[in-house]
Amino acid sequence: MSKKNPEYDFKWCPGCGDFGVRRALEIALQRRSAETELPMENNVVVAGIGCSGNLVHLVEGPQPFGIHGIHGRTLPVAFGIKMARPELNVVVAAGDGDFLSIGGEHIAPQAKRNLDVTAIVMDNGVYGLTKGQGSPTTKMGTVTSTTPFGKLEEALNPLVLYLTLGVGFIASGFSGKPKDLADLIYQGMSYPGFAIVHVQSPCTTYNDTYEVLKGNPQKGILPVLWDVNANHDRTDRDAAYGLLRKGGVPIGVIYQREASEPLEERLKRVIQRIKLQDARQLVESFSI
Amino acid sequence: MGGPTLAQSRISTEPVLSAGDDLDVLVAFSREAYDAHRSEVRKGGVILYDSGGFQVDDDDNTLGLPIDELAKSTGNPRAANMVLLGAIAHLVNMPEEYLPDFVMKRFNRGRAGDVAVIKANIMALSLGREQARSRGFSIGELELPQKPEFEQIMVKGNDAISLGAVAAGLDTFIGYPISPATAILVFMERNLIGPGKFAYQASSELEAINAVLGAGYAGKKAMTATSGPGLSLMSEGLGMGWMMEIPVVVVDVQRGGPATGLPTKTEQSDLLAALNPAHGDARFPIIAPGTVEECFYATVKAINWAERYQGPVIVLSEQVFAERNQNIPKPDLDKLVIERRKVYSGERGYRRYEGADLSPMPLPGGPGSYVANASEHDPMGDTTHLAHRHVEMTERRFNKLKLLEDGTYEGEHQEEPIALMPWGASKGPAREAYNIMRERGQRVGWYYTMYLHPLPPKLLEELRQKELVLVPELNYQGQFASILRSQGVRAEAITQYNGLPFKVRDLVARVTERAKSPKGVMVRA
Repeated sequence: MSKKNPEYDFKWCPGCGDFGVRRALEIALQRRSAETELPMENNVVVAGIGCSGNLVHLVEGPQPFGIHGIHGRTLPVAFGIKMARPELNVVVAAGDGDFLSIGGEHIAPQAKRNLDVTAIVMDNGVYGLTKGQGSPTTKMGTVTSTTPFGKLEEALNPLVLYLTLGVGFIASGFSGKPKDLADLIYQGMSYPGFAIVHVQSPCTTYNDTYEVLKGNPQKGILPVLWDVNANHDRTDRDAAYGLLRKGGVPIGVIYQREASEPLEERLKRVIQRIKLQDARQLVESFSI
Repeated sequence: MGGPTLAQSRISTEPVLSAGDDLDVLVAFSREAYDAHRSEVRKGGVILYDSGGFQVDDDDNTLGLPIDELAKSTGNPRAANMVLLGAIAHLVNMPEEYLPDFVMKRFNRGRAGDVAVIKANIMALSLGREQARSRGFSIGELELPQKPEFEQIMVKGNDAISLGAVAAGLDTFIGYPISPATAILVFMERNLIGPGKFAYQASSELEAINAVLGAGYAGKKAMTATSGPGLSLMSEGLGMGWMMEIPVVVVDVQRGGPATGLPTKTEQSDLLAALNPAHGDARFPIIAPGTVEECFYATVKAINWAERYQGPVIVLSEQVFAERNQNIPKPDLDKLVIERRKVYSGERGYRRYEGADLSPMPLPGGPGSYVANASEHDPMGDTTHLAHRHVEMTERRFNKLKLLEDGTYEGEHQEEPIALMPWGASKGPAREAYNIMRERGQRVGWYYTMYLHPLPPKLLEELRQKELVLVPELNYQGQFASILRSQGVRAEAITQYNGLPFKVRDLVARVTERAKSPKGVMVRA
């Protein structure tokens, strides 16, 4: 909307990883529209608060419906939308602070319900919008404005967390490769259940990790990112743990549960086997 | 936690307005219960106690029954309650056949043991009845009930709220267990199910409010129910609903607060929190039912209001209604007015928040995609920091409240310069007090509405003419009175904050005393 709306004055910094995530989401949504022949309005993007959340205003082309809500509650809002209207494609876009810190309590319930939404977590290891405070994924010892003597907490490993909580589809992507990322997002949207695509999306202002992620041969810096091998069995949970134990950040699909019945399908089965009562019958049941 | 439990019944051939001040019959199962409540028994009332459990001196109004022993003699020790019911039936002169008829209906369940159970229970009823009769106890004649001409249902306040919600077309309910609101969640989990319907126990009130807002955004009539602590957790979400203009209903069944407070006691202390649950410039519509029957209609109206003005509406119920089981006229669903929000059906490129007042709402899947934004936004829904936009949007959001000024109210003896105006569950005892005072010839008028915000404009106009408006309410601060004062009414609260409803006699005494010199308004600092 930015091109159409001069009043909207938010800007990502030059080089921000979120540009790549936005591009990837646009590609994935357009691909889905083309393949399902459903209008773009069939998609809802639920964004959190942080630099990442502004993605919902910046999508180019035909506009999906959007929510730009309060800090940390993307998953609950998505839960309400999806269960109210299961025919909609619901996508969450949130940062590491929004999703893993203030909103961390909402991941486990969606995993256990197998809510059929796709969450794109844009991880830059810092709070960017509030100008550079430590986040759950900031490395221990890092100096930020709130950790002036070095961060005292260990960094959270989100992929291990998702796997442990029982998230059905877990992918790891990089904002620097929007086409590959679009494919991961598309796979997540096609998966019938809770999908998380965790994206390394560096902050060029407060935590520039491009060099660390991609490496720099001239300085002898080895890349942290590495591609998941084509023969990795994504349906094998132990193999997924194995990948994550190797260190660095594997890029690709980490895990995909084979059998997946989302919450709305579980509910349909219940509806088939019980007797339904309308308002009139319910009032009548209290008759004296 | 825990402590003694009690159940209270009030029977009348007239509509029951309150729990009543005094006891006609006290049934004490323990010494503690006897000691705690014997002083509440009116003159001429009777105390029944379990003489198998403890001993006190029997006298003209105290009757010991060896309850368990009598029950055992019927062959069914579980018939102890029937022994007591038999004794009470004699005390109120209930026709002999009523209770045996009930027992036969209740226990005719098609099970092998039914005959034996019925026999033992009827025997227990007779034993209890005989005990009371042989000792010469009675509390006088109770009038025989006349079956009313209208049909009735027997519901608790929480049932009435649940039924009102489904009657108004509720689609989605997401809630989190909390006393005393849990029964609404339980009802919904069991009954709000089927195509297009969804009820679910959330992981917290934070999840519940945000999820019902998601459902409301997606086009559904959505509701959650909670109590004070949950309302506090929902405050930021409610602000989001106000900002994004999303229809949603939050039921707050009030209990004693703040924090964990008194979860099983009643209080009317969430009014200010319900009016301004969110930080920032917002003021939420509130409907507070004053009877079990009003719980039904308040909820219907709340869902209509939410749809009409596209925003959150709060139903303020009370612990005292939650579990109060009362016969009320059966609602006629054909006569209910059910409203639906205005939905946008035009082309792409819609400016959802354009204009100074309500505008049609686009629904996902349909045309007019926009960003529902919790940040201040321009007409498209995009974030903006322009001063004039915040001015426009703030005014737009408040303007919409004018759509809700259709509330009705009760007014009697409107010519009197002093008026009694309770809210919520204090309506019952206040009405009894009012009736007593009018019968005595005391000059006091009556006002009541369940539409606390926005108040019916004509009511407010009338109240502003009064010399003094006395507001009985169960909180320390006099919350409703302070709201009325802020709107130019000379209002003064009559407060009580012991976790219990008002006693009628206390209200009569306090109103009478205050009305002696009505000049000036006293405000608690």
